[in-house]
Amino acid sequence: MADPDGQVIVGLEVHCQLDTKSKLFCGCSTDYRSDGPNTHVCPICLGLPGAMPALNKRAIEYAMKVAKALNCEILNESEFSRKNYFYPDLDKAYQITQYDKPLAEGGYLEIESDEGGEKKIRLTRIHVEEDPGRLVHMGNVERGKYSLVDYNRAGIPLIEIVSEPDMRSPKEARRFLNKLRATLEYLSVFDSEKEGSLRVDANISIKGSERVEVKNITSYKGVEKALTFEVTRQRNLIRRGQKIERETRHYLEARGVTQAGRSKEQEHDYRYFPEPDLRPLRVKSWLDGIVLPELPDARRERFMKEYGCSLNHARTLTGELKLANFFEKVVASDKAGLSPLASTWIADTLIGELNYRDMSLEKVEPAAMTSLVLLLKAGTITDKSGVEVLRVMLDQRQKGEAAETPDAIVKRLNLAKTVGDTGAITKAIDDAINENPKALEDYRNGEAKAINFLVGQVMKKTRGKADPGELNRLLIEALKKREA
Amino acid sequence: MSGEISFSPNDKYNAFLTTCKKAPHGSGKLAGVAVAIKDNISTKDIETTCASKILKGYVPPYNAHVIDLLKAEGAAIVGKTNMDEFGMGTTTENSGFGPTLNPCDTTRVPGGSSGGSAAAIAGGMVTMALGSDTGGSIRCPAAFCGIVGLKPSYGRVSRYGLIAYSNSLEQIGPMGKTVADVSKLMGVIAGYDRHDSTSRDKPYNHTPNAEIKGLKIGIPQEFFGEGVNPQVADVVRKAIGRLEELGATTVPCSIPSMEYALAAYYVTCTCEASSNLARFDGVRYGPAPDWRKSWHDAYQEVRSEAFGTEVRRRIMLGTFALSSGYYGRYYSKAQVARENVRADFNRIFADVDVIAGPTMPTVAFKLKEKSDPLSMYLADILTVPANLAGIPSISVPCGTSEGMPVGLQIMGRMFEDERVVDVAYAYEQEVN
Repeated sequence: MADPDGQVIVGLEVHCQLDTKSKLFCGCSTDYRSDGPNTHVCPICLGLPGAMPALNKRAIEYAMKVAKALNCEILNESEFSRKNYFYPDLDKAYQITQYDKPLAEGGYLEIESDEGGEKKIRLTRIHVEEDPGRLVHMGNVERGKYSLVDYNRAGIPLIEIVSEPDMRSPKEARRFLNKLRATLEYLSVFDSEKEGSLRVDANISIKGSERVEVKNITSYKGVEKALTFEVTRQRNLIRRGQKIERETRHYLEARGVTQAGRSKEQEHDYRYFPEPDLRPLRVKSWLDGIVLPELPDARRERFMKEYGCSLNHARTLTGELKLANFFEKVVASDKAGLSPLASTWIADTLIGELNYRDMSLEKVEPAAMTSLVLLLKAGTITDKSGVEVLRVMLDQRQKGEAAETPDAIVKRLNLAKTVGDTGAITKAIDDAINENPKALEDYRNGEAKAINFLVGQVMKKTRGKADPGELNRLLIEALKKREA
Repeated sequence: MSGEISFSPNDKYNAFLTTCKKAPHGSGKLAGVAVAIKDNISTKDIETTCASKILKGYVPPYNAHVIDLLKAEGAAIVGKTNMDEFGMGTTTENSGFGPTLNPCDTTRVPGGSSGGSAAAIAGGMVTMALGSDTGGSIRCPAAFCGIVGLKPSYGRVSRYGLIAYSNSLEQIGPMGKTVADVSKLMGVIAGYDRHDSTSRDKPYNHTPNAEIKGLKIGIPQEFFGEGVNPQVADVVRKAIGRLEELGATTVPCSIPSMEYALAAYYVTCTCEASSNLARFDGVRYGPAPDWRKSWHDAYQEVRSEAFGTEVRRRIMLGTFALSSGYYGRYYSKAQVARENVRADFNRIFADVDVIAGPTMPTVAFKLKEKSDPLSMYLADILTVPANLAGIPSISVPCGTSEGMPVGLQIMGRMFEDERVVDVAYAYEQEVN
């Protein structure tokens, strides 16, 4: 009898588009996203009769960089195979991929485990293959439903990275994916911001039961969501005494659920055989020429050493290439002076605000962030005002309005701390106490919460400009006066 | 030098599927020479059908590499020749657009699958043509029609633009009235092409040389054994005798792997074909299916209607042989058998310079004579070994039997196409 509370076991198959200039087997440009359908095509990627694939060496170099960074072994000889199946987006009715002789095998990627330490996720293999085209569904139920095919994507180089079933929760799966993305970006072989550049199939089981394959996951968040849904679904089935069927399910991103595939799809026999139009790959010796850049783990260590970042901040900041670069630019003028404030303001506050807005980091100039940090460091504004300035900055940049400098925002909104000018604060305190007799009474009854409440009220009245230390001192003085 | 030639042949043999009434040409080694092209070689702006209804109306937007090379040397592409659908056949009867007749006897087949190209030459409509040879498709019609045809070493001529039937076996090759024509055409089409990863940097710059004194010729017993018509064998033996008179010596030899050659050949080519032809699904090629049906049903409808019987048979055989659980029993076994054929040839070529024998076991069949597929497949027994091994092989006319031409086949070491051309040339010069 399977245990509904049994261990979750997850393995991933991750497909990433390699960010080469041209396609895997022809010279067509891969930069198709802003152009019309079927504009980046030629006889080869259209699979026209008689056209033959010619391997883009750069794609193999990129894949080998990844293999090296992930500690995989390059096989002495690998080969391309044909995966045969009918689908209208598949120009040749077979996909050129790698089957029993992949480019690389073994290897691992270290992630943060659920227990907090580092954990090695073993990899099975990495292979190279071509992306199929894309179907675009037109019309709706009432008006003639039909599909059009766009072959711009056909032939874009992909790597498929297959992990061992070493992850133990949906969270770990997401961390694996984030770490993988960071590694690929550090290697400059992948652009995660390109739509559809990553696709994931996940195998998930509860220990003692059959595994289920979840296909069609296209986002980083999606992996965690899809797997969390599956864990609940599978546990519930086991609890009700039902058996988990070994099956393929599709993730429906919009609804956050998985759905059983049609049984026909599970009967695929891909009839693999070696691609006769390409010669076997003997590229192991290329490894010598591949020099790896600094990778996320090394950079994380450096951030802790060089900038004094905490482990968590270092992890967050180096978890995305652009973020790490951004941080280093922000603090470049005064590493020791700016790093402590900058790391928390970027890793915690800025990231939070960007996520809330679903906004890209690229819209924020590092120089503006440096100015903000400098204002905070000089004590010109309070932390609360800092958040307000940041929000104004982000709003302006997101809406494409004229972007003000933090200094200009502070000036315009009159947010500078009212240090020394106790008059305004004293007035605000008196007003706050007078307006809230209940709080005064609570204070008299010895309830400390009342002070916090009044601090909040005063902050509101001074619009956050009051220095918190000074405010506290003056408020307690005022309360004590009224006690008598 | 450049200009245009008019081409309006009286095509009594149904050799052409398309003719170009006004064929432009440039200057160069083939300036103004009319060249016919087998209809599985892509020609920009000229319909290319592989003699299949499923490609009716398909006009390639690009040229095969060999076509670019021909044009660069001034050749005039005058038309596209008939063939067995997708190259699958030995008689050109499997064309979706009617059979080609043998100009030597119009009650007989011209051989196949490059039967249209052979008939165009034998019928005097052109002096040279391109064919393709997967298991004998250049040499068989050359033998049956009494012309010269060369299957080059695998990799010597770019396949880019050749509509694939069996990629690992086939080569585009020259066909002509004379060995000199074939050699000249080979000189234009051979060489490395970056678009074909299996092509090799082995250009052909050769003028045929009839001097063969001291040449050692291997005579495999299998080429004169069971299944080979005794009269045809006699004609070929006499021809080899002429080569001996010219100073060559003969050495008996044996190719034991031939026992499995035909099986290895048919497994390999049907497997590859089943994949190559899968793209013809009615979405992009062929008559539009009934789209109210599901994809798979629509595909099935188009493919069962537009493909001929032999093509469907081979697709099904290949699909079966590649299926899960059968791959090891068929495809990978066939590759082992191929290695054995290669090994046999290597062993023999350590002692001899070329191997000679009949091209075909018989003369040209009567139309509709070969009705069951198996007896048709058996006719390829003498030509498929060269494709399995990748080695060059030429067929040169060497007399007649029953009044029909007989072909002498000369096979050489890998990339020694020049040598088989020389031997064929020596024979041709001797008898003329």
